[in-house]
Amino acid sequence: MPILEFQNVSKVYNNTAKALDNVSFSIDEGEFVSIIGPSGAGKSTVLRCINRLIDATSGSIVYDGQNVMKLKKRELRQVRTKTGMIFQHYNLVDRLSVIENVLHGRLGQKSTVCGVLGAYSEQEKERAFAILDELGLADQAYKRCDELSGGQKQRVGIARSIMQDPKLILCDEPIASLDPRASKVIMDHLQKINCERKITCIVNLHQVDVALKYSERIIGVSAGKIVFDGRPDELTDDKIHAIYGSDGSDLITDIQGEKS
Amino acid sequence: MNESVKKVFFRRKITYLVIFAALIAVYIISASATEFHLSEGLASFPKAMAWIGHNLMPDEKAMKRFPKILDKLIETALLSVAVTVIAAIFAFFFSLFGSKATGFNGIVNRIVRIVAAFFRNVPDVVWAMLLMFSFGQNILTGFFALFFTTFGLLTRAFIETIDEVSAAGIEALNASGANFIQTVFQAIIPSAMPGIVTWILYMIETNIRNSTLIGILTATGIGYLFDLYYKRLDFSSASLVVVSIIVLVIAIELVSNLIRRVIL
Ligand SMILES: Nc1ncnc2c1ncn2[C@@H]1O[C@H](COP(=O)(O)OP(=O)(O)OP(=O)(O)O)[C@@H](O)[C@H]1O
Ligand SMILES: [Mg+2]
Repeated sequence: MPILEFQNVSKVYNNTAKALDNVSFSIDEGEFVSIIGPSGAGKSTVLRCINRLIDATSGSIVYDGQNVMKLKKRELRQVRTKTGMIFQHYNLVDRLSVIENVLHGRLGQKSTVCGVLGAYSEQEKERAFAILDELGLADQAYKRCDELSGGQKQRVGIARSIMQDPKLILCDEPIASLDPRASKVIMDHLQKINCERKITCIVNLHQVDVALKYSERIIGVSAGKIVFDGRPDELTDDKIHAIYGSDGSDLITDIQGEKS
Repeated sequence: MNESVKKVFFRRKITYLVIFAALIAVYIISASATEFHLSEGLASFPKAMAWIGHNLMPDEKAMKRFPKILDKLIETALLSVAVTVIAAIFAFFFSLFGSKATGFNGIVNRIVRIVAAFFRNVPDVVWAMLLMFSFGQNILTGFFALFFTTFGLLTRAFIETIDEVSAAGIEALNASGANFIQTVFQAIIPSAMPGIVTWILYMIETNIRNSTLIGILTATGIGYLFDLYYKRLDFSSASLVVVSIIVLVIAIELVSNLIRRVIL
């Protein structure tokens, strides 16, 4: 059963070129899907249209039975609470402790007053500690986040998402700022979440090899269009060229984009 | 490649040369327009210093006035602290609407920035003179004059702080379904706190200095005392006022450095 369905979705930023051009695909519950493509292809735009950090211009996005493009503010928050998001730059509140950041995942389900005061139930706290333990961060729980390494920060980001009890986790280049070792740890955790908790994962990736290794399905995006959608073993060299541009110049801008 | 590198450096040299020449030109034009002569200004400096040394030394008579000066000084300092803190609270909530990171409409952002710029760019002395029409020579005049400029300045400063340090956390909490008020308290305040405190401390220092000047206009606080002694040609008492203001400002600066070190 599809948990997510894009139908002819387009996105135009400030009346410039189309960032997404008639994108259609659907994702089944429990899938682990990677989106690959050169810098500026529209990977982040796809993800952000799902939880409406960006509003798509046209088309329809049906997520868990609701057309997200038609949601009112309140309903939108409801949809967001069941959607985790993991960011390239972790997006933690650096001056707060690890455990506080993990508990942030609960805010959407709490009353405003409890959220403002940071009043979490014992149950929630126990759960946060259990999740941290699972991610190998039990010893860091009371540290401030700015004392952590990149890999540890990203694990806190994952813990925060799990704390939401999401149906779907959106990962926008979760390993782009990490070294290969830390990257493997993060990808392994994402895979584990997907297998054990049956949470659907959509992961934007720069690294084709990582996408090949971890995903059940890969979507290749180029210049706002889907140019590949299939199993990893179907992704031939030709298809990779089609995604990244045959002259390779896009691949170079890609590398520069990663550095900056 | 090498050629273009040379070109870049050559262009930079030219740029510096042009800027330097422009500065000199601006100086010459403005100096001749205002009939200001650097050499004469410098020449009269020692004489001015000698006069200050002779007339502006606190003497025994001035020391007798010290309790009164201290009293007004504390009043002025407390007023400055109160104004700054209250203005900061208003500015913080106002700046939320001016920050791009909080995701309000671009027009709202623009309006907030314009309002802040208006309050900030009217000098506090001018505010004081305008407000004197409605409040008269009253402590409220000084209060609001300082309040307006502080509010304008802090709003702008807080917007920048929030945009810079809170954007990532705001985005994450938004994406997780937290509401705006929760985001303010769980992401913006914790991450922007050091910036906010630094700005508040800086504004307290500034306002203590400025409130003296405004006090002269509104006949309140330490500024009033200074004005009084000065007009009576009681220069030694007036200078004691100045010295005590300087001591206070330095003390405040030391204290705020300490606070900054503790919280950052
Ligand atoms: N806020 C924005 N305003 C205007 N244009 C934007 C904005 N965000 C993205 N774009 C444009 O939309 C296109 C797609 O951007 P998007 O961020 O989705 O690409 P991406 O595939 O995620 O790239 P990257 O790998 O660099 O993150 C790009 O051409 C980009 O310039
Ligand atoms: Mg991106």
